[in-house]
Amino acid sequence: MKEQMGNDKNKVHPEAGEAYKLIEATALAKSFDDVRAVNEIGFTIDRGEIFGFLGPNGAGKTTTINMLTGLARADSGSIHIAGFDTSRHPRSVQHLIGVVPDESNLYPELTGLDNLCFCASLYGVPKKECRERAGNLLKHFGLEEAGSRKFSTYSKGMKRKLTIAAGIIHRPQILFLDEPTTGIDVASARQIRRLVSSLHSEGTTIFLTTHYIEEAERLCQRIAFIVDGRIVQNDTVANLLQPIKDQKVLRITVTKSGGDLSGKLDKAFPEFEFRDESGDQLLVHSRNTISIGPVVRFIEEQGSEVTEARQLKPSLEDVFVRLTGIEPELMKKEKNGGLQ
Amino acid sequence: MKQWIAFRNIMLKDMRGYYLKPPNISWGLVFPLAWTAMFFIRTGSGLESAIEVLPGVMAISILFGTTSMLAVTITFEKKNRSFERLLLAPISLELLMLSKTSGAIPFGVVNSFVPVVAAAFLTDLAQVAWGIVLPAVLLIAVVSTFLGLFIAVSVSEVFEAQTFSNFFRFPMIFLCGLFFPVAVLPVFLKPLAFALPLTYGVDILHGSIHGENMLPLWINFLILAGFCIVLFYISLRNIHRKWIL
Repeated sequence: MKEQMGNDKNKVHPEAGEAYKLIEATALAKSFDDVRAVNEIGFTIDRGEIFGFLGPNGAGKTTTINMLTGLARADSGSIHIAGFDTSRHPRSVQHLIGVVPDESNLYPELTGLDNLCFCASLYGVPKKECRERAGNLLKHFGLEEAGSRKFSTYSKGMKRKLTIAAGIIHRPQILFLDEPTTGIDVASARQIRRLVSSLHSEGTTIFLTTHYIEEAERLCQRIAFIVDGRIVQNDTVANLLQPIKDQKVLRITVTKSGGDLSGKLDKAFPEFEFRDESGDQLLVHSRNTISIGPVVRFIEEQGSEVTEARQLKPSLEDVFVRLTGIEPELMKKEKNGGLQ
Repeated sequence: MKQWIAFRNIMLKDMRGYYLKPPNISWGLVFPLAWTAMFFIRTGSGLESAIEVLPGVMAISILFGTTSMLAVTITFEKKNRSFERLLLAPISLELLMLSKTSGAIPFGVVNSFVPVVAAAFLTDLAQVAWGIVLPAVLLIAVVSTFLGLFIAVSVSEVFEAQTFSNFFRFPMIFLCGLFFPVAVLPVFLKPLAFALPLTYGVDILHGSIHGENMLPLWINFLILAGFCIVLFYISLRNIHRKWIL
C-alpha cells in the first residue's frame, strides 16, 4: 500500500506548527428542525491515530462526519483540521481528506477503472498518473478483472471496496470511514479491516465510525462513544478497559431462561451481576472469582438446565453497556448483522 | 491547474455519460424537426415561410436540449449521493457548477444547428447575419442551461425536475415569440413574455435571421447576460442553503 498512498505529511497550515492534533473539534452542535442531532461535542485527533466514533443508529456519527468534511454546516462550534479553520479554508482542508461514505456513491454508468480515474482527477491528479494509481488500487483490492465492468454490476462487497479505493486514490492525510464494513461479506470485511491497519501503519490518520464494538476495539487507539448526539466517553482503548480489567465475566447458556431468570439470580447472588445476553444466554459479572456450582444448582431449581458455561475476557462491549445502557446486540440488529 | 483538471474531467464525464448517448442525440434531431412539421401543418404555410419559423425552432431546440438533461442529471446525482463526491472535491462551488453545466451548453448549440441544416435545403439563408446568430445561440444555450441548473437545485426528486422543467418550458413555447410574435399576444400576457429569458434570445434570432426584432439587439444581449448571472447565482445560493445543510 505504501506505493498507492505515499501521502504528503507536510501539507498543514503554516501556523499549525507540528499540528500534532490533526483534528480539533470544539463545541460542535447541529440540529435538524427540532431534532438536536449533535449536541456540543468536542474532541481532538492526533496525527497518525485511528479514532473510533462508536454509537447506535441516529447517534450523530454521520452528521459529525458531514460537519468535519464540509458537507454540513455546524450550527455552532469550530473545526480545525491540520491547523486550518474549515469554515474559512474549506478548499485547503478538502485537499487533505478522503471520505468513504456509509453508502457507495460512485457512478453506476462508469466502469470501476473510470470511476477511480474520475475521482483522482477531481483532486487534480494528471491522467497518466490516475490510470497508474487506479490500476494499483484495483489490483490491491482484488478487483483487477472487474475494473472494466460497470460499477452497477458489482456486488455489495465489491462496491464497498471500490468506494474505499476512490476515497484514498488522491492519497489523503486523513481518511473518514463511515461504517466501512456494514452489510458486506466476511472476506470483504476482513480485507477492509486489514486495509485500515495498513493505511494506519503508513501514517494516515483515520476517523472511523462503526457500530461494531469489537471492530472499534480491534482497530482504534482511541474511541469516543456517542449517544443521542453527546459524547459520553472519549479515551484510549486501554484507559476505557481499565475499570473492568480485573472483572470476571462468565457466559452461561441455559435451556430456557423465561420467568425473569436473571432477576431471580440477581436476588439470590447479590455479589454477582446478571444480564440477559440473548434468548438462552446470560452474562455474569463479578470482581471476584465466580463459583459456578451454586449458580448452576439455582438455575436447575428454577426448572432450567445449564448446557454451557464459558469464561470471557472483559471487553469494550462491557464498557459500552455500562456507560450507555445500550445492548450491543441491538446496535448490530439495527444494521442487519454482526461483526464478520 | 489542478482545478482545471477537475473542471475538464467533470465536463467530459457528463458529456460522455449523459449527452452523447444515442437517445439524446436522436431526441436532439427528432424534436426540432417535429416542431417544424407541426408548425407547417397547423398554419398551412409553405416552405417560403421556413426562414420565419427558423429562429423559434432553433431556440426551442436549445431550450429542450439543455434543460431536460441537466435538470434530471443533477437531481439524479444528488439523489444517489454521487454529487457529494463533487462537493467534497477541492474546487470552488462556482467552478464545480460551471463544469457541470459546460457539458450541456455545446449540446444545446449543436441541437440548434439541426434545423439550420434542414432549412438550408429549403430556403435561402444568404441574408442571415451569422456573426450575431452564433453568439446569440451560445447565450441562449447558457441561459437555458442555467435555467436547468436552477430547476435542478430547486427540487429533490427526478420526477419533480421533469415537472418543474415543463412548468417553465411550455409557457415559453407560446409566450416567447417562438412561433407567434410577442406583439400579437393579449395585453395581460405581454409582461409575462418579457419576464422570460427566451423572449430576448428569440428576438435576437428573429433580427439576425430575417431582420424583424422588437428591441435593439444590444439590449437583448444585455438582458440575456443578466438572466445568466442571476440564474447562476440563485442556483449557487440554493446549493449553499439546501444541499450543504
